[in-house]
Amino acid sequence: MSRAQLMQGNQACALGALAAGVRFFAGYPITPSTEIAEILAELLPELGGKFIQMEDEIASMGAVCGASLAGIKAITATSGPGFSLKQELIGYAAMAEIPLVVVNVQRMGPSTGLPTAPAQGDVMQARWGTHGDRGVIALAPSSVRECFDIMVKAVNFSEWLRVPVVLLLDEVIGHMRERVELPDSEEIEVLTRKRPVVSPEEYLPYKPDADGVPPLSAFGDGYLPHVTGLVHGYDGLPISEDAVVTDELIRRLHTKIERVQDELTLYSDLFMEDAELVVIAYGCTARAATAAVKEAHGQGMKVGLLKLITIWPFPRKMVEEVGQKAWRVIVPEMNYGQLVGEIERYIPRQKVISVTRIDGELFTPEEILRPLFVAAGGERA
Amino acid sequence: MSIERFLRSSALPHIWCPGCGNGIVLAAILRAVDKLGLEQRKIVVVSGIGCSSRASGYMNFNTVHTAHGRALTFATGIKLANPELQVLVITGDGDSTAIGGNHFIHAARRNMDITTVIFNNSIYGMTGGQYSPLTPVGSKATTAPYGHMERPFDIAALAIAAGATYVARATAYHATLLTDLVVKGIESKGFSVIDAITQCPISYGRRNKLKSAAEMMIWQRDHAVFQKVAEMKPESLEGKFVIGELYHSSAVVQEYTAEYDKLIARIQNKGGG
Repeated sequence: MSRAQLMQGNQACALGALAAGVRFFAGYPITPSTEIAEILAELLPELGGKFIQMEDEIASMGAVCGASLAGIKAITATSGPGFSLKQELIGYAAMAEIPLVVVNVQRMGPSTGLPTAPAQGDVMQARWGTHGDRGVIALAPSSVRECFDIMVKAVNFSEWLRVPVVLLLDEVIGHMRERVELPDSEEIEVLTRKRPVVSPEEYLPYKPDADGVPPLSAFGDGYLPHVTGLVHGYDGLPISEDAVVTDELIRRLHTKIERVQDELTLYSDLFMEDAELVVIAYGCTARAATAAVKEAHGQGMKVGLLKLITIWPFPRKMVEEVGQKAWRVIVPEMNYGQLVGEIERYIPRQKVISVTRIDGELFTPEEILRPLFVAAGGERA
Repeated sequence: MSIERFLRSSALPHIWCPGCGNGIVLAAILRAVDKLGLEQRKIVVVSGIGCSSRASGYMNFNTVHTAHGRALTFATGIKLANPELQVLVITGDGDSTAIGGNHFIHAARRNMDITTVIFNNSIYGMTGGQYSPLTPVGSKATTAPYGHMERPFDIAALAIAAGATYVARATAYHATLLTDLVVKGIESKGFSVIDAITQCPISYGRRNKLKSAAEMMIWQRDHAVFQKVAEMKPESLEGKFVIGELYHSSAVVQEYTAEYDKLIARIQNKGGG
């Protein structure tokens, strides 16, 4: 019997979270992410987990931080306006190193915008949305199956590195239905935060191991940690204006992620061996880009696709290598041109062609083929 | 036993100004924990931002110093994730009723077993004396140089109306009463609020003809009316405030996490769905 199911991206996202061991969800209703909350409200109690709808977006982010500190894998889900409100405590989770995942099902903004239309306008907000400086992990699936798989990865990365991870969906990826077969649980690799191995007397809650990540105790297990958003020493207690401690802490919030960037870089590619023209795309846009590249390749063009799943940390080495080989790089995005700016830091600007849509409508393959043909210097056959 | 074992000596001395009442409120909480014989490892203290919220760092429990106004949201997640934990929230008047006002009323409505102690000094002390939702009409603040125009909240009435199941008030002057009320608040299985009126001589008193901590505490003594007296002689309340146990729900109000555990049991016994 086939195990294939017809499933929505938001549903795959919720099931991926459960498969990764998530047992706590707090959220606030917002289109187009609400199905994730609705599904988990039903499924979490069956597994002994907890669901709560909080009074606002900020509160749901706070509840998720609290649940994670109590030792339970916790996530929230939202969309543009809610993602803006959550930035305060995303910064807190970064500073206090609380593992959690924030799903942002992107919709057209700014402001209330087009609540039921897809967009990719929050790419830079995922990177810079909260004040201050820190390393960031943001992942963007482009299919229903990827929603499941990448959600598992997002939870794993957050647990491994003690960081809030952002899962960037968009309205189409979240709402579209595809035929999927989900993996068996034994096929799924699940990571859980490392616990302290020393005695409570010796435990320093913010003293990192060699990998830059401090072990995390759970409230109630006897370690009595202090957690704060203030700059703190290894003991977790606030320090006042100690440049050495401050520098070490803020640098570590970046380097613990940078040092494992290769393992964090998720992507797929197509026809890249001898590609002279390369399309770099992510999220829902990667679907049209895939169709366009296949079509152009079928017509004999030396064209390839680099589909980024990991947006942050930005896979600069890989992009730099693409830029060295390719003659032109085409970057379609459903925004005014966000990630293309990052790409231009590593590929000379004259090689990069930005193609944008900011009308709430999806790219068609045609719209990506056209600049490919122009770049190739030929007319459309 | 001494309450000193509940303090992190490495975090001291504290940052509070001379004459500040926060230390008295903190000690009252620690004495309450001591009286109840609560297990140290099971206690979680969650605070927001402001002078009062720095207390969490001094306390040798599981402690979280969260973001401004958000202590109750973290506390809600912690308590729901692990109902065996004893969750205490430390907050200030601005933290709990201005930036955290929405969380405050919803935490009261939801009725999780969380005890909230509000260090109520009528002012934003850490930022240097701006008016809060608890600043009395006519008081001077750095942002009310001509006297404050807005009416203050009555925290107790707000908490009761929103659904808190235990509400009490005391002052730094009435420290023993304060301890007893925190004990009862923790014992009460539901959302408890203790309005702890405390003095800020530096950022409030100096601007409002209460030049010293002693003067402010005498003011607390002279303006507080015990709950029983207030009941008998309502006229004695003119220009004063009531202290003591103000509300203890006699009705059986379901505690949220206990109800959630029942829900889990019910669903799992059905074999899902």
